[in-house]
Amino acid sequence: MIARCLLLAALLLACTLPAQAHKASDSYLNLAVQGQRIDGQWDIALRDLEMAVGLDANGDAAITWDEVRARHAAIGAYALARLKLSSDGAACALRVTQHLVDTHTDGAYAVLRLQGDCPAPVTALGVDYSLLFDIDPQHKGLLQLTHGAVTGTAIFAPDARSQLLPLAEPSRWRQFADYVRHGVWHIWIGFDHILFLVSLLLPAVLVRHEGRWQGRETLKASVLDVLKIVTAFTLAHSLTLTLAALGALSLPSRLVESAIAASVILAALNNLWPLVHRWRALVAFAFGLIHGFGFASVLADLGLPQGALVLSLVGFNVGVELGQLAIVAAFLPLAYLLRRGLFYRRVVLTGGSALIVVLATVWLAERALDLKLLA
Amino acid sequence: MLGKIIVSLACAGAISAAGAAPYIPASGAQVLERLPGGLDPGKRALQGLRTALAADPHNLDLAGALAQRYIEQSRRDGDPRYLGYAQAALAPWWSQPQPPSSVLVLRATLRQSTHQFAPALTDLETVLQRDSGNSQAWLTRATVQLITGDFAGARTSCMRLYSRAPELVVQACLASVGSVSGQAAASYDRLRQSATARADSPSAIRAWVSTLLGEMAARLGRYEEAEAHFRAALALDAADSYLLGAYADFLLDRGRAPEVVRLLKDKTQADALLLRYAIALKAAGLPGAAGASADLAARFDAAMRRRDSVHQREQARFELALRGDAAAAARLAKLNWAVQKEPADLRILAQAAVASKDPEARALVRGWLNTSRIEDAGTAAIAAQLGSGA
Repeated sequence: MIARCLLLAALLLACTLPAQAHKASDSYLNLAVQGQRIDGQWDIALRDLEMAVGLDANGDAAITWDEVRARHAAIGAYALARLKLSSDGAACALRVTQHLVDTHTDGAYAVLRLQGDCPAPVTALGVDYSLLFDIDPQHKGLLQLTHGAVTGTAIFAPDARSQLLPLAEPSRWRQFADYVRHGVWHIWIGFDHILFLVSLLLPAVLVRHEGRWQGRETLKASVLDVLKIVTAFTLAHSLTLTLAALGALSLPSRLVESAIAASVILAALNNLWPLVHRWRALVAFAFGLIHGFGFASVLADLGLPQGALVLSLVGFNVGVELGQLAIVAAFLPLAYLLRRGLFYRRVVLTGGSALIVVLATVWLAERALDLKLLA
Repeated sequence: MLGKIIVSLACAGAISAAGAAPYIPASGAQVLERLPGGLDPGKRALQGLRTALAADPHNLDLAGALAQRYIEQSRRDGDPRYLGYAQAALAPWWSQPQPPSSVLVLRATLRQSTHQFAPALTDLETVLQRDSGNSQAWLTRATVQLITGDFAGARTSCMRLYSRAPELVVQACLASVGSVSGQAAASYDRLRQSATARADSPSAIRAWVSTLLGEMAARLGRYEEAEAHFRAALALDAADSYLLGAYADFLLDRGRAPEVVRLLKDKTQADALLLRYAIALKAAGLPGAAGASADLAARFDAAMRRRDSVHQREQARFELALRGDAAAAARLAKLNWAVQKEPADLRILAQAAVASKDPEARALVRGWLNTSRIEDAGTAAIAAQLGSGA
């Protein structure tokens, strides 16, 4: 392993380090608009800032981080005086929140993190850009403007200093599709939801007869059982997801996450020592309420667009159901085929459920006690 | 082979990581940037001029001198930022409908360097209408006409230099035109004799003439003479980026890639030189070719983001020689050909035409070879592969 790392290091040294390019001057301005708020990042070449405000304090033709740091106030003032943002003719207040550095093809750049506040939600952003034009008329400002999922670009030059950039509303359909995708993705990576569902579905192709598992007679009966469980789970988590997303209900996330882990344990234990079989749909409903809070916290992280709250909520929910359906579609035919064999009852049902119990217990410990047991 | 793949993957990773995310340097003493020119006294002199002009921005002589210095600096280093500084020095007059003649000549030069050939010619016409004795305007006009393939016009402009410019400059102007329009051998011989007779000319002019002679001899297939001219030019000015590019092309044509690697190793800031360096690494089978190529790709991407099309010739060579994308090379070479028609532009158009079998590119090359009567051993060898069909 060490030998391999050394080899890799040697190979890396064999590459040419990216040599700085000679390139005309550009600044890279990224702005993201959300409602009244603007978040931005502005990369300006140190070489250009040296011409504009002077960075090389000791005149040794090498610019150090200390020299840049000492000029942060001057850099911020110089830059902000040459970028005016406005919405509907009213200026948006802009400030520098952080100074960093980065590298582009032609050398090191000062990176200014920006935050702006406009008097009203922005529908069209007015940008007035005049950075460096007096020092280098061939300078260009390359803007990337993001609004929701839509990114547009604009180029500022001495003959194109002021531009009014209408913010394209992302299409309703596109927004809906985005949230459907998020929903599917969350089910796909949300192992706790998958395992809970699988635990409830494992016995769906079986029936309890005199304290023993037997394969169900017909596919119809199995499908019906699955349908009841999935419908109950869906109804329940949709209910709490909606209430939580709209802010009507809320639970601490540690409690929710722990309860979800506990629900997985109980569902799997019920397969090993059956207490409820006929009423598994009821169990799915009860615990589904908890899982809904889990979905809601994901949705809160994604952020719900104000203009399309219901649409996104429905989209996310549809995505979750589609993800679930995919799991059922993969599970049911296989389980139905295997249902009569000893393999299914011993290995899949008993072994699988036991494994799920162990895994979910670790989750529960992690979540309830805030530990990190599994990498 | 596997090793090569790993190197290229590792290099690609190293380069993409370079611009991964903004950061805060670990140490205050960390050097983030080295300013071009370093502590060179020439740079001090430039700064002195700058300060003087800042105090007196409407001083035409000062502004012209500073702009001139920046243009020279840009040509030497291949660094376009200096062109912007030159333009800034001329700001008070830049947008005037009738600026002073000295500004017009400089404006034409700057416009030429960003491939705005038509506006550059208009500026020069204006100067020459005012003063038909302005030799700098005639010479710049000849240069623009030569680049755009207007050989008759270029020859006329060169003729107007007689008795207005040094004899060697006049001969260099005329030979440059004759060399690509049917009188390659005679033009070369005449310029060589002129250079010998005028060995007392300023070294900048001798370096320029030696470079021209090197290119002319190479096109004639007189490789030993070409080598001697290039070496003479390098002895006079080892840092000129145009000369380095021309000599590198000569060496690559002669299968001497390792020498190109040594020549350009520390001079890859200019895209044109990094291109030759990367091609040489690849030809010599040395590691780092993929890294240099990825670096070059990032630079072309950056240029395209600002919608620069000044480097389409280099980009076409990049696509063909390094990426192996003949169709992209043909597309770029044709776009470039619509703008400029120097021997190097014809060369890449011919190479792309052969590789891509693009009918339009093939027709353009054949047509130009017939009408211009250009003699270029290297391009002729490539064009021979075009075949006779359409």
